Amino acid sequence: MSDDKAISVKNVTKDFYLPHEKSSKSLKSTIINVYRKKNNELTTQHALKGVSFDIPKGEFFGILGRNGSGKSTLLKMLAGIYQPTTGSIETNGKLVPFIELGVGFNPELSGRENVYLNGALLGFTRKEIDLMYQDIVEFAELEKFMDQKLKNYSSGMQVRLAFSVATRAKADILLIDEVLAVGDADFQKKCYDYFKGLKKTGATVVFVTHDMSAVREYCDRAILIEKGHITHEGKATDVANEYLKLFMPDQDPKKAKKGITRFGTGEVKLENIKHIYTEEKLNISFDVVNMTDSTKEGLNLGFDFYTDDLLITGNGTKYIKGYEKGFILAPNEMKHFVVEFPNNFGNFDIELTMHVRNQGGLNICDEIKPAVKFRSNNTHLVRFFKVTLPMSVTEN
Amino acid sequence: MMKQILSLDRYRYSLILLRELVITEFRLRYQGSVLGYMWSLLKPLFLFVILYFVFVHFLKVGSDVPNWPLALLFGIVLWNFFSEITNNGVGSVVGRGDVIRKINFPKYIIVLASSVSALINLLLNLVVLSVFMLITRLDLSWSLLLTPIFIIELFVFGIGIAFILSTLFVKYRDMNYIWEIITQALFYGSAVIYPLSMIAKSNNHLAQLILLNPITQAIQGARWSLIDHANLTSASLGSSVLMQLFPVLLSIVTFMFGAWFFKKNSPYFAENI
Repeated sequence: MSDDKAISVKNVTKDFYLPHEKSSKSLKSTIINVYRKKNNELTTQHALKGVSFDIPKGEFFGILGRNGSGKSTLLKMLAGIYQPTTGSIETNGKLVPFIELGVGFNPELSGRENVYLNGALLGFTRKEIDLMYQDIVEFAELEKFMDQKLKNYSSGMQVRLAFSVATRAKADILLIDEVLAVGDADFQKKCYDYFKGLKKTGATVVFVTHDMSAVREYCDRAILIEKGHITHEGKATDVANEYLKLFMPDQDPKKAKKGITRFGTGEVKLENIKHIYTEEKLNISFDVVNMTDSTKEGLNLGFDFYTDDLLITGNGTKYIKGYEKGFILAPNEMKHFVVEFPNNFGNFDIELTMHVRNQGGLNICDEIKPAVKFRSNNTHLVRFFKVTLPMSVTEN
Repeated sequence: MMKQILSLDRYRYSLILLRELVITEFRLRYQGSVLGYMWSLLKPLFLFVILYFVFVHFLKVGSDVPNWPLALLFGIVLWNFFSEITNNGVGSVVGRGDVIRKINFPKYIIVLASSVSALINLLLNLVVLSVFMLITRLDLSWSLLLTPIFIIELFVFGIGIAFILSTLFVKYRDMNYIWEIITQALFYGSAVIYPLSMIAKSNNHLAQLILLNPITQAIQGARWSLIDHANLTSASLGSSVLMQLFPVLLSIVTFMFGAWFFKKNSPYFAENI
């Protein structure tokens, strides 16, 4: 690894082998399993699936991702707490992790004793702490409480004490996990001041957080992790934007599981899609919502009917009288639609598309496939093939 | 060059940690008790009083060994030392799980810290023993210089077992119960509370066999060197050189295997605890 890099991560994967039982493995189950030669009781969880990146010295580097994306696993591997299943991680310089503040804090010990214990875990000798003890206590504003047991501290006092020790750590590389998420406004200001100070010292900082304003302000570069992969890498502000896009409402993981695909700009969205049918009719009702603060014109709805992924028939609002030029939604307006089809065409998966037709062509706002899985009980079927399906529209 | 500095740093870090963990363990042990550290002395003393009355006074065991009560106390002190290293060792790694999951540090320090606490306890207990030795005006022989060697042997054997047990306990939480039972068996099987001569009288081979156990060998050796030469050792029973060396070798092998086994598994403690 060249000298200008602080951290080099090459093709790292991490698998966890989780037993089905909740409790830890007992000897009994092992003996039974050996006897039965049954080893399939473990589920493999792929937390990271091939991650590579480099962090140059002196950089503020953000690791972003949703809960469960694998970012904390990655941080723990950088800290040497977990070992990568494959791949390699190299670090260059003294590394101090803050996965949690106050590691090793013991409620039965006094504040003073905890400072020495926590300090030792960060690599300080008793003498070194003796020298900085006064500063630590003053910074934490706990002069009167140091000989009390930690269990009698409020959680805010504990965090202040822990942070006060942590900020003494002299390291080339600091790994910080969500530290700024705790404490009141006053304490957070201290944290930010500490961050500003770190930038001047030339330390490399790896920072895991959900606070995008902190990422934009302090990080030079960032990566976004989704399901164990790096999906975006680059300037911190750009990656922060990508992170926020993950929380656009069309990313519904529940629906994705059921084989429903959904995409589009999300400017106008389809919601509350329901269907009912009688012997003669199929009614599909849904809401169309303008998610933006501007008026949307030229809106069209499309309905495509599939059998086994084969487009059989369909229709669209632009073929209906009164909707030829599309309809209009005021900013943030919601309209409820009911669309009626004849029920004489068998079983179909119905795809709904919300699109805008303008000079630039067709712009898909929201497309859901399938929006409706229609299973008719109708035995008397008239098949339509590549013809427009009769349809009527009501709105309110 | 860089590597050397880093490894020196790591060695220094280990020492700082070891020291703090030992201090913490001592502080926490007798938290809130009135007599505090005194219990470290009182516990073996009371056990000694009980066993003395049962075995020496009522059952008349050990009347043929000179200064048997002193040897009995010494044996109990040494046994407690071994039992503390291993029994505290089993759960030591899991007990520090919260720290292991949050920071990377040399894990063997945890096991070492609990062993060093036991060692400090032993030294306190030896103070009590020497008071009794003064009271009974025991004649000391130059062989007492050998006593530390036997204590070191017991320490090495105990740590080796603690390494193995603490590693196994991460995955198999039955280990502490199993070891408790084994400790009970070893307590009666290691000639702690009865003189080995009792067995040697009727069955010399069995006595030789019992002395293959490093615990017995170390305790008997320590008794022989410090209290009275009448305490039997492998040499005095006429065992072969191989049989005399076996417990020592077993201690070293156990330690080396334990250290290797622990080192091999320790990178995965964080995710398995």
